[in-house]
Amino acid sequence: MSVPSDIDREAMVVPADCLEAAESLREVGAQDGRLTPEGDEDHLVVNIGPSHPSTHGVCRIVVELDGEIVVRAEPVIGHLHRGIEKMAENRTYMQVMPLTDRLDYVGSMYANWAYCRAVERLTGIRVPERAEYIRVIVCELQRIASHMMSIGSTGADTGAFTAFMYAFVQREKVVDLFEAVCGARLTYNYVRPGGVAADLPEGWEEKCRAFIEQHPTAMVELDRLLFGNVIARARLKDIGVLDPATAVAWGATGPVARGSGVDWDLRRDDAYSVYPRFDFDVPLGERGDCYDRARVRLWECVQSCRIIGQALDQLAECEPGVIKADGLPRLLAPRPGDAYDHIESARGSLGVYLVSDGSVRPYRMKVRSPAFANLALLPMLARGHTLSDLVVVLGSLDPVFGEVDR
Amino acid sequence: MSFVWGLLWGLATVLLIAGGAVIGVWWERKVSARIQMRLGPQQIGPAGSLQMIADVPKLLFKEDVVPAGADRRVFMYAPLLVFAPIAMAIAVIPFWAGWAPLDSAVGVLFFLAVPSIGVLGILLSAWSSHNTLSTLGGVRAAAQMVSYEVPRSLAVLSVVVLAGSMRPTEVMGAWQWWWVPLTLLGFVVYFVASIAEMNRGPFDIPEAESELVAGYFADYSGMRWAFFMMAEYGAMIAASLFGAALFLGGFVWLPGLAGLAVYIGLAALGYRDWRRSMAAEALA
Amino acid sequence: MNITELREYLCTQYPDLCPLFSIEFGDGVLTVPSDRLGEAMCSLKDLGFDFLGMLTAVDYGDEFELVYRLRAREMHLGLFLKTRVPREAPHIRSVTALWPSANWHEREVFDLFGIVFDGHPDLRRILLPDDWVGHPLRKDYEDPNIIRRPDYL
Repeated sequence: MSVPSDIDREAMVVPADCLEAAESLREVGAQDGRLTPEGDEDHLVVNIGPSHPSTHGVCRIVVELDGEIVVRAEPVIGHLHRGIEKMAENRTYMQVMPLTDRLDYVGSMYANWAYCRAVERLTGIRVPERAEYIRVIVCELQRIASHMMSIGSTGADTGAFTAFMYAFVQREKVVDLFEAVCGARLTYNYVRPGGVAADLPEGWEEKCRAFIEQHPTAMVELDRLLFGNVIARARLKDIGVLDPATAVAWGATGPVARGSGVDWDLRRDDAYSVYPRFDFDVPLGERGDCYDRARVRLWECVQSCRIIGQALDQLAECEPGVIKADGLPRLLAPRPGDAYDHIESARGSLGVYLVSDGSVRPYRMKVRSPAFANLALLPMLARGHTLSDLVVVLGSLDPVFGEVDR
Repeated sequence: MSFVWGLLWGLATVLLIAGGAVIGVWWERKVSARIQMRLGPQQIGPAGSLQMIADVPKLLFKEDVVPAGADRRVFMYAPLLVFAPIAMAIAVIPFWAGWAPLDSAVGVLFFLAVPSIGVLGILLSAWSSHNTLSTLGGVRAAAQMVSYEVPRSLAVLSVVVLAGSMRPTEVMGAWQWWWVPLTLLGFVVYFVASIAEMNRGPFDIPEAESELVAGYFADYSGMRWAFFMMAEYGAMIAASLFGAALFLGGFVWLPGLAGLAVYIGLAALGYRDWRRSMAAEALA
Repeated sequence: MNITELREYLCTQYPDLCPLFSIEFGDGVLTVPSDRLGEAMCSLKDLGFDFLGMLTAVDYGDEFELVYRLRAREMHLGLFLKTRVPREAPHIRSVTALWPSANWHEREVFDLFGIVFDGHPDLRRILLPDDWVGHPLRKDYEDPNIIRRPDYL
């Protein structure tokens, strides 16, 4: 491949006085996130840096401490900003698909699905039924995998490393299922506009059934292991309490809102795809503390098993082999206009807004990321708690920085 | 002559702590792994037992990183200040009936007081790291270690009162079996307080892996970090030996052949478990 | 309530907002001029649109179009609200007083487009470093590191 000749090679050279530049950046960094105490002069300002085992990704939190109590906790995001929305403007609709994988990398399947729904809304493609069922099955499995990572991290943050490992046993099984379906363990690029990339392999449904057979028991065990532990309870209960009105006002969705008792689940209230055909409950919390949020996630996994079981049953009645819409052009060129569509991801309402100008590339792609909206709650939730609780609160908001920063 | 003897004994102590650390780290990693449904070290040596021995050259060869803003001298020497008092404290532990390397008349006091100097070392290492999170960890460690000194000392005092002497060899010699129910509470308090002194879980808030990223020794790498680890395991060995000597009568309980039989039995159990774990790992 | 019922309700309650309402791709869209944004927002909030899902902008050359996605949870309804601001004077009032979730969304739009939200409590860059020059999502953003797509595609 030949490189275009109009790249300015000079501009790409690192300046010779880069040390000076780094020094000046450090000065500027002091303004970004305000590393000087705002309250009392005696307060200690700690920088929980972007590279840290407990920030669930690259998040920098500037914390102002009065002793051990957090007075101000400000997340400084953007360390994982890759310009996905800008890159999407330079790629065709299919070429944008792998970019969506990397948004919420813990839950690629539903990140793909949100984008595909927006594209299908824009182009008017009708997805065959078998593909819809497969999408639901993989999305619910992805929800289980994502929640296992979240609950495991909650355990790891409170020191319960055993719960982390137990949760990851379940996640490994899901990821093995995904490897059988599409060959990848993290970024799947499986859900495509018009359907899914390939049909389920032979014997996959039996393996999936075996998984959902043992999963609820494993969840009960994990519940007793992590949430039955008196130390974990003491560290999770009444920490980071979020009341329902604040949750809705600040745009929180998903388990963060449901943990506070906000009874809103897109799969039931704004039912999309084939969700109206399934019978499932939506777990709700009461107090809105970290404990409730984590338990909402745990019980959502069990409900996901129910959905998967019903979907596998109904999948058997579908026309086999039809997993993509007929007559899809290789280059999608929707008519000019815009469309927004959303799904209920493990973190909340994940939406994609696409603007088309009639060409083969999106004019604008915007990703409405639930983790971004949920993270805005951190300063409020962490205030008044100790430094250790800050980490637990951040874990309970379950941010994935691929999605927050895009 | 006593200088040479002291030097030899110092070397023996370091080897004891190192050997204890090797076995302790291996055992901890294997057992915690099994609890967490995984296997732990398997490759180096039979059932991963030589892992720590492989780690030592790795730690020796690591780059000696001193943070830019750190107080260089203090940073480099603080780990010694943490490790040396523990090694010193081992000198007063009675290893044989009526014999301790340092048979001091205030041996109990020596054992309780000298490791407290380690708190200074921790504070210095935390402060000299020039890092707010380390400072927090060091302050937490100091607060914790100082606060658990008192219950520990009082618990040990119960045995001292019963024995009427502060010389560890005499306490061990005067030990009677009916002291056990009397000092049981003291033993539990001593055990828990010792865990707190060593910053072992559940008292590992100063290390706080999840938020402070190893707290006061966050900026240490290579052999300096190894010193902190050896200090921790050395403290464990010292506290265990001392507790056994004082509260459980040392090795006086099961003298001679009975004791030997117990040791052989334990070794046999260990060997059986090792063979089983080898078989399990071969299948896994 | 569905979209047509919402349209009728809107027309009866706020007749001057009625002609600005359209239905595209199955979604209700309310297009308002930028000076009437505050009034439209307050009306919608009173109607029951208590959730601001997202707030974004699109660069259309001479103008930026701001797109707000509102949701009335009780009524199971979603609605777009669009307004345009000129490129030379990209100012618009902030809606953080009505929906606090707009706080971070408006910061992001400011960061990536350069649209200034009057009345925002803390308008700073959020995704990019504070000393970044330029607003990347604008169509005329120039950066020597961006490799232009070759013409043969």
